Amino acid sequence: MTAPRELVEQRHILLCCGTGGVGKTTTAATLAIEGARRGRNSIVVTIDPAKRLANTLGLEHLSNTAHEIERSRWDPDGDAADGGQLHALMLDTESTFDQLVLTYARTEEQAAGILQNRFYRNIAGALSGTQEYMAMEKLFELHDSGGFDLIVVDTPPTRHALDFLDAPRRLTRLLDNRLFRMLMVPTRGVVRVGGMAAQAFLRTISRVVGSEAVDDVIAFFRAFEGMEDGFRERAGQVTELLASDDTGFVLVTSPRRDAVEEAEYFAARLADGEFAVDALIVNRVHARYCDTDPEALRERARALASRRSDASDRLATQYANLADFEQVAVRERDELTGLEDRIGDASIAHVPELGHDVHDFAALRAVGNHLMGAD
Amino acid sequence: MIVAGKGGVGKTTVTAALATAAARTGMSVLIVEVEGKSGLAACFGEAPLTYEEAELRPRVRARTLTPDDALLEYLDAHGMRRISKRLTRSGALDVVATAVPGMRDILVLGKVKQLEQARAADLIVLDAPAAGHAVSFLLSARGLLDAVKVGPIQKQAAEVVELLSDPTRCQVLLVTLPEETPVNELVDTAYAVEDRAGVALGPIVVNQCVPPLSLDGDIAADAALAGVTVDRSEIDALTAAARFRADLTRRQDEQCVRLAERLPLPQLRLPYFFTADVGATEIELLADELVLGIGALADAGADAR
Repeated sequence: MTAPRELVEQRHILLCCGTGGVGKTTTAATLAIEGARRGRNSIVVTIDPAKRLANTLGLEHLSNTAHEIERSRWDPDGDAADGGQLHALMLDTESTFDQLVLTYARTEEQAAGILQNRFYRNIAGALSGTQEYMAMEKLFELHDSGGFDLIVVDTPPTRHALDFLDAPRRLTRLLDNRLFRMLMVPTRGVVRVGGMAAQAFLRTISRVVGSEAVDDVIAFFRAFEGMEDGFRERAGQVTELLASDDTGFVLVTSPRRDAVEEAEYFAARLADGEFAVDALIVNRVHARYCDTDPEALRERARALASRRSDASDRLATQYANLADFEQVAVRERDELTGLEDRIGDASIAHVPELGHDVHDFAALRAVGNHLMGAD
Repeated sequence: MIVAGKGGVGKTTVTAALATAAARTGMSVLIVEVEGKSGLAACFGEAPLTYEEAELRPRVRARTLTPDDALLEYLDAHGMRRISKRLTRSGALDVVATAVPGMRDILVLGKVKQLEQARAADLIVLDAPAAGHAVSFLLSARGLLDAVKVGPIQKQAAEVVELLSDPTRCQVLLVTLPEETPVNELVDTAYAVEDRAGVALGPIVVNQCVPPLSLDGDIAADAALAGVTVDRSEIDALTAAARFRADLTRRQDEQCVRLAERLPLPQLRLPYFFTADVGATEIELLADELVLGIGALADAGADAR
């Protein structure tokens, strides 16, 4: 079992996964800050931070390079360990992809041909899965050449949980598309029946979506020829990095039913890919105020209300209120039982409902204290 | 009516409650779910939805609508059944959809438009994709009009734009929570929907508002007056819970006020349920609230006139 504290002290990469709206970015920022406070050179890679949190991290604009956050901001009391640094980066999917094309193109002409192609721009800008892919690509780049001790990645809030693990594979599948490989046949000077059938097929598609789009696609696949191997090799390296012992998976959730169900699905998918969850972080858990069963509290409220005096009415309302929040707290713990059983020997940390948004360093520090204190 | 909002704000619950409220007035309602699993049928205690319509309760029907299904249907209807199989089997559909961004969305919206024109129901409620995606979903038709100049897809896009920009035929109901970040994101989405996508906005639904309770009086003194014993630790628990609720409801009100300042649209507030997850009973209660809220808005509108 590895507590969050040990993860930020020892691991090289932490991937925060989970569905949207559960405080994943906040958790990622907190872990990076706690790493920096322990003397490590750390960076948080975010995808789509809420505006105020982004401002705190100095991320007003997309930037493909890490920028350092002044120590006085994340360590105002000067009590953190020496040597720590904190960086932040907001992923720019398109320019990361462009960089990748520039790396693998054999000639400048090839790169230019691809970068200008409209079909390529659509892939780089909007294709679902590209963001996940580029997050992993950026992670690899930071690992390879960034000189960071700790890289915390906030994974994209995808509908299908673990797309980021599949993303490199999905893109290579698109590039491998048989139909378009057949289309490229004539350029090699061989005309085959398959090529003719494909041409006919394409003409039909053109009738539906217009021929410009189809021309773009053909131009793209021609320009891309020969680069697939480089891409595939890189995808393999990324997968290897994710599987390394130096990489930790942090599953983030809230105690609400839909989020917990998503988290269970995540945990199962991670296990399919033979990755283990190292820590489960549950944000916004309601405190329990007492050990009394909520139903007993409601009963007490009803008994008091039946006494018909102002004082007992007021007291009844107090009991009803306590019963409300106890009931929420009990339900949350019930929701979490199945998930907590399922994640094997991962550590579990609960962050209490703080009652306000977390978007400045003081609040992030408060979350950090809860996480670092957890076993 | 398109119900949209950031993930986790309860879009699906609001969709179900809205459909229920409309059905009570005698309207026939069709709920269309465009994103995989949203648990809509579970709200009514029914099995998951399929591409075939299912009746969830009297006058409320529901179905899913996926781009792939919509495309196959479209190609079928246009005499291109043979290529449809090949498109999906060869994986070329992925390539084509990438070449023409927004094509998947336009297929779904195109089908919705067809349902609307065929008068499939008095009210069609669309459970839209999560916020950021909802805007691009609504923008897809305009984007396609710019990119594709001819052909059936272009015609489809033009008709969808016409539907979306007619406030008598289509409105977006945005859902949020009474919390800072969801409110901020809702404001951004609202302006994008209205200004960029050109779709009219209905009232804002503020979901999961914890109802205020008047928690005053000194607990120990009231216990003495009422002649009951409350031990020290229980007084502490009651006090802490009372403070938590007071803080929470105050912050909620602040967020609703802030939302009203930044977005001059009527708000419908729906309550949070402490006792259970949202199921069929809660949907009925939420529908009650919507009927009351919409009635109040209508009265206010009449007074203003």
